[in-house]
Amino acid sequence: MQRYSVPALVVLAGLILCLASQFGWIDLYVQTTIMFLFINVIMSTSLNLINGNMGEFSCGHAGFMCVGAYVSSIVSVALFAKSSYFGAPLLPPAWAVLGMPLSLLAGGVAAAFAGLLVAFPSFRTRGDYLAIVTLAANYIIMSVFVNLDMVGGPRGFMGMKKVISAMNEVADIPWMMLLTFACTVFTVFILRRFLSSSLGKGVNAVCQDEIAAEIMSVNTNRIKLVAFMLSSGLAGLAGGLLAHIMGYVNPSGFGILKSTEAMVMVYLGGMGSITGAVLSAVLMTGLIELLRPLGILKWVVIPLLLVLLMQFRPAGLMGSRELADVFPRLRRFYKFK
Amino acid sequence: MLDTLLQNILNALQWGSFYALIALGYCLVYGVLLLINFAHGDIFMVGAYIAFFVSTLLLGQYTAMPHLPGWLVLALAVPATMLLTSGVGVFLERVAYRPLRRKGVNRLYVVITALMCGLILENGNLWLLGASRKSFPELLDKAIWTFGAVSVTNLKILVIVSAFAVFWLLNTIVTKTKIGMAMRALSWDRFAVPLMGIPPDTVIVFTFVLGSSMAALAGILFAMSYPVLDPYMGASIGWKAFIAAVVGGIGDIRGAFVGGFILGFVEIMVVAFFPSSYRDLFAFTILLIIMTWKPTGLFGVAKTTKI
Repeated sequence: MQRYSVPALVVLAGLILCLASQFGWIDLYVQTTIMFLFINVIMSTSLNLINGNMGEFSCGHAGFMCVGAYVSSIVSVALFAKSSYFGAPLLPPAWAVLGMPLSLLAGGVAAAFAGLLVAFPSFRTRGDYLAIVTLAANYIIMSVFVNLDMVGGPRGFMGMKKVISAMNEVADIPWMMLLTFACTVFTVFILRRFLSSSLGKGVNAVCQDEIAAEIMSVNTNRIKLVAFMLSSGLAGLAGGLLAHIMGYVNPSGFGILKSTEAMVMVYLGGMGSITGAVLSAVLMTGLIELLRPLGILKWVVIPLLLVLLMQFRPAGLMGSRELADVFPRLRRFYKFK
Repeated sequence: MLDTLLQNILNALQWGSFYALIALGYCLVYGVLLLINFAHGDIFMVGAYIAFFVSTLLLGQYTAMPHLPGWLVLALAVPATMLLTSGVGVFLERVAYRPLRRKGVNRLYVVITALMCGLILENGNLWLLGASRKSFPELLDKAIWTFGAVSVTNLKILVIVSAFAVFWLLNTIVTKTKIGMAMRALSWDRFAVPLMGIPPDTVIVFTFVLGSSMAALAGILFAMSYPVLDPYMGASIGWKAFIAAVVGGIGDIRGAFVGGFILGFVEIMVVAFFPSSYRDLFAFTILLIIMTWKPTGLFGVAKTTKI
């Protein structure tokens, strides 16, 4: 039971979500909010790897999301939809059902390679100096897409809705909900596996003392390279999902503000805690939706709440602990590695 | 060709002055506290707004005031704005940063708090004053001098001269005075300084006063040069000034000053010779190369780490 409880719960939750959105038990607004919540979970857990576990201060996470969003939408639109950018679809649109996860993956891989932009300077640059390298990377990526006229430039890129409707013609199920849920589970699972592997131990070692880690024969450059690529690749996955849910991408949507949002979620949850990152993503998304009636005042109230929270819980919600550290008795019921 | 180059150099000096003034504030606070004060760009915005209200008040927009000439309004508005804005900076320090520092939390949490304070200032302003942009009154009569094809306004000269004067002043304060010595001591060893009988909180408050009043000066000069104010004006210029400060080598005021001008020059020169949408791309690629080449900035000294 210990072994199967988490997979069973995950499958059950996914099934309930998909059924609920299939039969209209929850309306479209709630569905979209839940999908945004999953995307925020991916963003905060993946940034947590760099900012929490590795102790660097990356403030350009949205840039990698931008790469993922653009590459995956370009791939899926070019392959499965008629568009003004690429003309007729290269493959029959019905294949989108199979091709869609692949296009998301392509976005993730492209974002992982964009992560090299930060990973290579990180070999020599550290701390606050690395923070501005990430910031500059975010600006550079945004600027590249603004200047790429082929994919719409500052006007943005669209056409992903056609791919989704082609998928719905094959089988009328909530594809995006399914994919988003699957990707979120994949992200949390892979990050957990990564952190309990020897590479993950290396990440924690780099955080505590880079020189000592190096003396202990940890290949710090390799660790940094892998960690940055994994983190930015997962952000690219989130970007691809976001692009397909919105049906529209625009480079200005992936600015510093978006990076700030991800950063806030990481530090709110507590550095280095996956549970904390998930929890704070849920909390932030919920708070943003709940306070929507306040209008612009919302963006005064939320930061104020966060400032107050920082005063009372100065290490974030969970500190660096996981769920099983807070409730040790839960260990009897589940095992998640 | 030479004329356009000269003209662009002048423009770059002006544009770089704003970055340099804001970067100095980042750098002072960072040097003393190792805190990236992300609210600093928004303090610059607050400074511009305070300057707007002070000068419209002095011009008699709200109450009956004796008619004052523009230069006198400017001369009164500058110290008033600097005073009020440093009040805002010190308020943030007292309310948000100091309690966290006392608890000895990881410094990144203080950075996030600063980020949140910046958002509060931006959006609080938007909520209080509405989205309509304010246009700054013209305080100085515009004078344009032309040398061949190069034209200079008196405002441009004022901006550049005050940036250099402020740098000289700060450099003197930091290197020659007692409180400057205390600031350097605090950044050198924050545990030994209280033992020597120096009150660290006073030094920190003084640092915030200096930094915020520099931002206020930048705000008033910016509002005079580009007389349209909106609540988000501080966000992007603040981030870029932070980048400039780090490229110079954060913690060294020469570095922040030079870094501000480098960023200004790159941006203006790119816009002069390429389409303006390439500005960020070129500017930040160059900065990325500088950071890869000199990992601790131009003036920064690599810290030796001991195990």
